[in-house]
Amino acid sequence: MFRNQYDTDVTVWSPEGRLLQVEYAMESVKQGSACVGLRSSNYVVIGALKRSVNEMSSHQKKIMEIDSHMGIAIAGLTADARSLAKWMRNECLNHKYVYGESMPSKRLCDDLADRHQRTTQTYVRRPYGVGLLVGAYDEATGPHLYQTCPSGNVYEYFATSIGARSQSAKTYLEKHYEGFDNTEKDELIMHALRALSGCVQGDGELNKDNGSIAVVGKDQKFILIENDELSVYLDKLDVEGGNGEGEGEGGNDGDAMEES
Amino acid sequence: MSTLSFSLDPTAAQTTPSQRTQYPIVTGTSVVGLKYKGGVMLAADTLCSYGSMAKYKDARRIRTVGTNTIIGASGEYSDFQSIMDTLEGHTQDDVNYDDGHKSDAKSIHSYLRAIMYQRRSKMNPLWNDLVIAGSGFLGYVDKIGTTYEDDFIATGFGSYLAIPILRSKWRPDLTEGEARALLEDCLRVLFYRDCRALNRIQIAKVAEGETGVVSEPYELETNWEGAGFESTKGGMEGDGGW
Repeated sequence: MFRNQYDTDVTVWSPEGRLLQVEYAMESVKQGSACVGLRSSNYVVIGALKRSVNEMSSHQKKIMEIDSHMGIAIAGLTADARSLAKWMRNECLNHKYVYGESMPSKRLCDDLADRHQRTTQTYVRRPYGVGLLVGAYDEATGPHLYQTCPSGNVYEYFATSIGARSQSAKTYLEKHYEGFDNTEKDELIMHALRALSGCVQGDGELNKDNGSIAVVGKDQKFILIENDELSVYLDKLDVEGGNGEGEGEGGNDGDAMEES
Repeated sequence: MSTLSFSLDPTAAQTTPSQRTQYPIVTGTSVVGLKYKGGVMLAADTLCSYGSMAKYKDARRIRTVGTNTIIGASGEYSDFQSIMDTLEGHTQDDVNYDDGHKSDAKSIHSYLRAIMYQRRSKMNPLWNDLVIAGSGFLGYVDKIGTTYEDDFIATGFGSYLAIPILRSKWRPDLTEGEARALLEDCLRVLFYRDCRALNRIQIAKVAEGETGVVSEPYELETNWEGAGFESTKGGMEGDGGW
């Protein structure tokens, strides 16, 4: 059951200098369904694969609006993410009331990272079991994509992915991100879907029920694209023949890496 | 009815509600500000009065916040000092965050609005009328949290004596020199007619793309030979005036 004797408390070091509870929390991010994020010089797109417990249930929400200029995609424990999202929404609202302008995304992500970090140093707490992709458009500095993790690290990206089988998306994005800069909104969404389609489990495919996309950018308030609105883009993907074929490269490699 | 506001019996219920600041003690008078072509300018004298006594003649009532914002204050001078301490803390916080974000005049104006309104809602106002200026921005906040932005703004007596002058003389294409001369005219009239004003003033500006600067104090030239000053009624007896 236990990997070793040093993993029962967050605050206890292993002799190799690791905090195993924090690493386990990072693991729960890898178990969550995949999320992708990418940006051009004007827009950020985040996308996610939604899971449902069974045929009869609805799909679990994966993308949340934080403010009209910011949204998150989540991988890991949804309940933890909702608690963080509630806090983030509150911070944005407070900032707007006090300063009369939108919360700068870097500042919110740094504060969020600090909240994650606190839990790794406090005996009575546990790390959040969730990783976030934060997509935001700041009036002053343009579009941003951040990734946060349970360890308290934040990274800014041009494009990245998190969650199960996300290596496939990462491989796709690594290959294409250099051309994203002047990409239009719709094409950026297509890139997100192509990246996502490789993360679908087994013989499943990306469809309007399990797919979820959000866009925010210059003169573009946060919008969530799901169901019928998403079909428009999925149809284009089908025409390309990109869907359901796992995007070839990286798919299996990714699984192997995540198990390690 | 007893005039005592406290009781010697510690168990007795307090009969009068507690009171916070009801009036200012050491006060500065008007601040005047305007936009001109390529910047924003503020002006105020350097007097702080203790009631009607001209007590402090080198009280600097215009200061910079960070690099790109200037604030002028009338009202209680200690409250202004406290506000500036808070804002300096904020500027330092911005530096400590190390995320490249800096508060601009617009957000400082909004922040002060939140503070002033909260304090008045606690029946404990900061007794100031503030003028905030930054690149392309000129705004006002008062002790009860009222705000507005305009092309020219004056507080206190200035709202009666400087605003009419600005209404007739202000233009959006005022040069820096014209702007300064206009503000000096306003403060000169204020010195003539406002008994809490002084002819020792400071001018401050934020020019487009430059940092905010506040001048050293200097004295305004005055001329007391006008008819209104020569005889008590300006030779207008019998014209229906008083």
